[in-house]
Amino acid sequence: MKTLHMIIDGKEIQAEEGATLLQVARKEGISIPTLCEHHELSPYGACRLCSVEIVKGGRTKVVASCVYPAEEGLVVNTATPRIQKIRVIILELLLASSPKGEVEKLAAEYGADSGKFAKELTFCILCGLCVRYCQEVKGEGALGFIGRGVERQVVYYPHLAKESCLKCDQKCVSLCPTCILPNIFGLAIPAFDKTYPTVYPVRLLDENNLFNLSNTIK
Amino acid sequence: MATANFASVKNGGMDTFGKITEICLKYGGEESYLIQILLEIQNEFNWLPKEAMLRLQDELHVPLPRLYEIATFYKVFSLIPRGRNLIKVCTGTACHVRKAPVLINRVIQLLRIKPGETTDDLRFSLETVGCLGCCALGPVLLINSEYHSNPTTSQLEKLFSECL
Ligand code: SF4
Ligand code: SF4
Ligand code: FES
Ligand code: FES
Repeated sequence: MKTLHMIIDGKEIQAEEGATLLQVARKEGISIPTLCEHHELSPYGACRLCSVEIVKGGRTKVVASCVYPAEEGLVVNTATPRIQKIRVIILELLLASSPKGEVEKLAAEYGADSGKFAKELTFCILCGLCVRYCQEVKGEGALGFIGRGVERQVVYYPHLAKESCLKCDQKCVSLCPTCILPNIFGLAIPAFDKTYPTVYPVRLLDENNLFNLSNTIK
Repeated sequence: MATANFASVKNGGMDTFGKITEICLKYGGEESYLIQILLEIQNEFNWLPKEAMLRLQDELHVPLPRLYEIATFYKVFSLIPRGRNLIKVCTGTACHVRKAPVLINRVIQLLRIKPGETTDDLRFSLETVGCLGCCALGPVLLINSEYHSNPTTSQLEKLFSECL
């Protein structure tokens, strides 16, 4: 494998070809906040919290470090004022929908103002960790996304879950950065603890209402 | 709302499962042609019945949630029954001031369905759309891909009777 030379936060380092900027930074002991990244799952690039600044051909550009591959001669800055500002705004937007769990923790760390944007509590930030864990790691289909844009949401297929969830390690629940997932299950499997009120507009998709899906999606 | 289910689609004389297998085979059972395959299935039935999706999951080895994720992402896919003939009435600004609401009411009275609905015999679906780009003809009604300018009730009756 080829060795690449890069500069991260002013430090000259070597990186392996094929690694993401996030992986390279972590190896150098530089911490970058993430919400939708997990080492067992393929890169997704949904939350943009891991944004960093790169300098290429004399121009600077903001990229998501969890999906951007290491490149020869790249200059990366992980905590410039511009990057800090972007992270604060992302967190403030996320706080409007889910002021809990990991989001709450990071928001406190970055001094994000929870009152900046009007609240629209769904408790899900659509990071896809639960869905991807279920589909990629477990090879199951108990969870999925439906809809697009503001209509996008996680749904739960009870008739598939009946088979898969009981024999599963149920790690999808602990992966959820906003702690809403247990409530989603709570609707169908009472054994799951409900920690927060279920504001999240969960639709349970069973055999009978599968084809009525678009009645509820405009 | 039409309560039509897959059984009535089958009664239309189509060997449904055979058709889906045939469509999948045509694309070599390749997952990368999924959208093309979904479009062809929808062309066949005018919508995506649950049974078709379950069948597709087995044929292509794509998890059901993935199929529904895609089918709910694109506006062209319908997960509720849609009729063989799609009637669209333009409610764009120009058509609106040229009395599109009156035209819609005529259609509603004839077909006894509201916009967004499908007749029980799966013959017609009614939709309203934005500007169709031919405002001078307004109010405009579209039957499948044929344009009609302000048809009267008796003209509509004749046009609908020609739709199979
Ligand atoms: S517990 Fe159920 S939903 Fe969660 S990963 Fe396992 S199979 Fe999927
Ligand atoms: S339920 Fe939790 S893990 Fe799943 S997409 Fe929403 S925030 Fe992410
Ligand atoms: S961690 Fe990179 S976009 Fe979410
Ligand atoms: S508004 Fe109806 S065609 Fe333009």
